[in-house]
Amino acid sequence: MNDKQLLEELLNKHKAGTLKPADRYNIPPQAMPQQDGVARRSNVEEVALGYNETQARLEALRCLGCKNAPCMEGCPVRIKIKDFIVEIVEGNFQKALGIIRENSLLPAVCGRVCPQEVQCQLPCTVGKKFKNVDMSVSIGRLERFVSDWGRKQHENSTPAVAAPTGKKVAILGSGPGGIVVATDVRRAGHDVTIFEAFHKPGGVMVYGIPEFRLPKAIVQEEIDGLEKMGVKIIRNFVAGRTKTVKELMEKDGFDAVYIGVGAGLPMFMNIEGEHLVGVYSANEYLTRANLMKAYDFGKGADTPIAMSKRVAVVGGGNVAMDSARTAVRLGAEKVYLIYRRSEKEMPARVEEVHHAKEEGIEFHLLRNPKRIIGNGDGVVNAIECLKFELGEPDASGRRRPVPIEGSEFTIDVDTVVVAIGNGANPLIGQTTDGLALNKWGNITVDDNCKTSLDGVYAGGDIVLGAATVILAMGQGRTAAAGINEYLAKK
Amino acid sequence: MSHKILSKKELCKDVYIADIEAPLVAAAAKPGQFVIICLQTTYSERIPLTIAGTDEKNGSIRLIWQAVGKSTAEFGHLKVGDELENVLGPLGKPTHIENFGTVVCVGGGIGNAPLLPIAKGMKQAGNKVISILGARNKSLLILEDDFKAISDELIIVTDDGSYGRKAVVTVPLDEICQSQKVDMVVAIGPAIMMKFASQTAVKHNIPVVVSLNTIMIDGTGMCGGCRVEVGGQTKFVCVDGPEFDGSKVNFDLMMKRMQAYKKQEQQALEEYKHKCKIGLDK
Ligand SMILES: Cc1cc2nc3c(=O)[nH]c(=O)nc-3n(C[C@H](O)[C@H](O)[C@H](O)COP(=O)(O)OP(=O)(O)OC[C@H]3O[C@@H](n4cnc5c(N)ncnc54)[C@H](O)[C@@H]3O)c2cc1C
Ligand SMILES: Cc1cc2nc3c(=O)[nH]c(=O)nc-3n(C[C@H](O)[C@H](O)[C@H](O)COP(=O)(O)OP(=O)(O)OC[C@H]3O[C@@H](n4cnc5c(N)ncnc54)[C@H](O)[C@@H]3O)c2cc1C
Ligand code: SF4
Ligand code: SF4
Ligand code: FES
Repeated sequence: MNDKQLLEELLNKHKAGTLKPADRYNIPPQAMPQQDGVARRSNVEEVALGYNETQARLEALRCLGCKNAPCMEGCPVRIKIKDFIVEIVEGNFQKALGIIRENSLLPAVCGRVCPQEVQCQLPCTVGKKFKNVDMSVSIGRLERFVSDWGRKQHENSTPAVAAPTGKKVAILGSGPGGIVVATDVRRAGHDVTIFEAFHKPGGVMVYGIPEFRLPKAIVQEEIDGLEKMGVKIIRNFVAGRTKTVKELMEKDGFDAVYIGVGAGLPMFMNIEGEHLVGVYSANEYLTRANLMKAYDFGKGADTPIAMSKRVAVVGGGNVAMDSARTAVRLGAEKVYLIYRRSEKEMPARVEEVHHAKEEGIEFHLLRNPKRIIGNGDGVVNAIECLKFELGEPDASGRRRPVPIEGSEFTIDVDTVVVAIGNGANPLIGQTTDGLALNKWGNITVDDNCKTSLDGVYAGGDIVLGAATVILAMGQGRTAAAGINEYLAKK
Repeated sequence: MSHKILSKKELCKDVYIADIEAPLVAAAAKPGQFVIICLQTTYSERIPLTIAGTDEKNGSIRLIWQAVGKSTAEFGHLKVGDELENVLGPLGKPTHIENFGTVVCVGGGIGNAPLLPIAKGMKQAGNKVISILGARNKSLLILEDDFKAISDELIIVTDDGSYGRKAVVTVPLDEICQSQKVDMVVAIGPAIMMKFASQTAVKHNIPVVVSLNTIMIDGTGMCGGCRVEVGGQTKFVCVDGPEFDGSKVNFDLMMKRMQAYKKQEQQALEEYKHKCKIGLDK
């Protein structure tokens, strides 16, 4: 029996009310169609291709429609998961999209980059039944299916805008948080302007997360949608330098401000050799590759990037995976991923780790760099590492890696990408008197995402430290509600 | 926002001066700060250039640049009325200007451009300003008249003796530091010049400020590509600088880092020149 026939049979039973949970457990989890592991090493196109209609409906039929819907608790923005999934079963994709949109404004993004296995899919009853989170209903993929369907229909989703209130709101930074605030505040009828430092809006979604994971056209559609709603976007504007927060409020008449400038202060390891030519922060490496399109250098793009043969990427998060997989696409023959804990502790999404391995990236786990070695011209030619073993759990609950003395070894590389995290960019803090920060330099906010200053709200990575797209969106929602309430009273 | 080129001319071979519409930057800029321009959004490189002057009434900024590679050459080929898609700024910390007493301003090559607003600022703050301008030869000397107008004393040196004294800038700098009380040296130019000017100042126990022109991408402290070692610590030129205490900068390391893309840059420039010659791109 092929998939179509299976679907038909199951749908008939479903309609007749005779599809039992046991039958649903028996439906094979639908694999994500993806680009071939070898072919994709030399292109930047999206790796995961998305479900077709049959696959989506089969996967949707695996959902039990649990009364208590534990999956919802796992989603930071509380999408009504079982409700939209049942609409997929019925083939009502438009309705499904509407349900998702009630809570999430960027479903095409979240369906692609949310760490579902630790959020909505972790508590899913189906996964629990099999004692394997990989067996959970693929909520994220279904979300992606629905939103891609909507995009194909050119379904016009521009939300309605209330009558003008005469109040002005400034949004600093055009990442996912800023986009959500802009939408929700504009809906309420306020005059909204986004100020973005880069020459292209979208935040990490355009400069950090690579094309092969999140096509830039999707982000652009969201930006276009904002402009259609009447949101103004001023590019090449560094808040704190071009104008300060105070100037925006006192001179330019903005009644409220949302600060969503992201984290973006790259951390280095402070080891010998980090200044050598060929050593990059992941931010620089990915910005050159994504935002500046260095993969097209010589074919139109003017920004160069190292022409590497052997690359070491240090770190174990999404940023490290993205860097390593970018290096592969830029033509590196060997890419090593060096991480000081074991695979279990890796913060990267399981799917990305899996993709990285398929693409031939070599994992060096429980290893950490000791120094980077250069040649006479100051160019990297090797990295010296130490082996580690896992000791007692530390404050984060993860077992602490302890170096093994005398275990040094070197790997020949010509490029090193450091992907060990970001601190808070200090610019806004330094230029805004009275804005309270915590000891790491992140902006402190209350439950409504309000800062220590009246009318000034903040969210996303500048508040949470390096977090996720969906958390930034969640805070954006909260901040927008706060701003709307504040302006209603003002 | 569009950024129209309001006026433009070639100061000397491959060195251009232009006034560009950028009202927000013009209103906020202070001496020592810079912008990052990007000619076209999709594919162009981001090029940091010092703000050599502003006209707030006109809403324009003045840029002076040397065509050293593909992007600066392409910029040089634009005409009055053309538009840049992106101008970001002002970036970096402004120069610390106060009445120090006697300030020697040392400029080398294109470094005269970023030096001019600083020298002006120093003069306005009440300093005695002695300017030393160096160039490889007479035809490459820029902004002589502007410096003459604001300096108490102006010394010109050229490598080949075709104009002014035949010397490098450190020779008159050394003499001045010996013969009178100097309170501050500001040196801007090629890294190698800044290195030796700093050494000269240090020899005489005079504080020295330099302005670094490392390779940059974002200019907001996000990428770390502009990092340099200052006093053994890592600093980001775009947010911690561009000016630093010249006695503490590791110039050798910086010079190596500036060579990072030499091969690719040459390739890009060759291809661009070729295209221009056969008239495809202009
Ligand atoms: C390489 C990489 C991979 C990632 N992968 C994932 C993933 O798979 N899944 C996931 O959920 N999350 C992922 N993340 C994290 C996620 O992207 C971030 O948590 C999220 O984008 C934060 O959103 P934000 O709203 O805080 O703004 P950001 O996306 O951080 O954007 C902030 C914007 O503000 C601008 N800005 C900064 N300073 C100023 C200023 N002074 N004035 C004006 N504008 C300014 C910046 O240029 C930027 O455009 C990844 C991050 C990176 C770097
Ligand atoms: C703060 C600052 C202020 C500057 N002010 C001026 C100025 O007023 N006038 C002027 O003529 N030049 C100035 N520069 C240098 C100028 O930015 C570079 O000459 C220009 O970016 C070269 O680009 P290109 O593509 O034409 O040349 P390329 O062929 O790309 O490079 C030629 C050389 O320029 C340097 N360079 C390349 N890319 C960059 C980059 N993104 N950022 C910085 N340097 C780079 C490298 O050392 C390289 O070897 C400044 C640089 C900085 C950082
Ligand atoms: S937004 Fe993310 S966490 Fe929420 S349901 Fe969608 S994929 Fe799951
Ligand atoms: S927990 Fe899983 S099975 Fe239950 S409603 Fe949610 S997605 Fe469906
Ligand atoms: S240019 Fe990116 S941090 Fe300075």
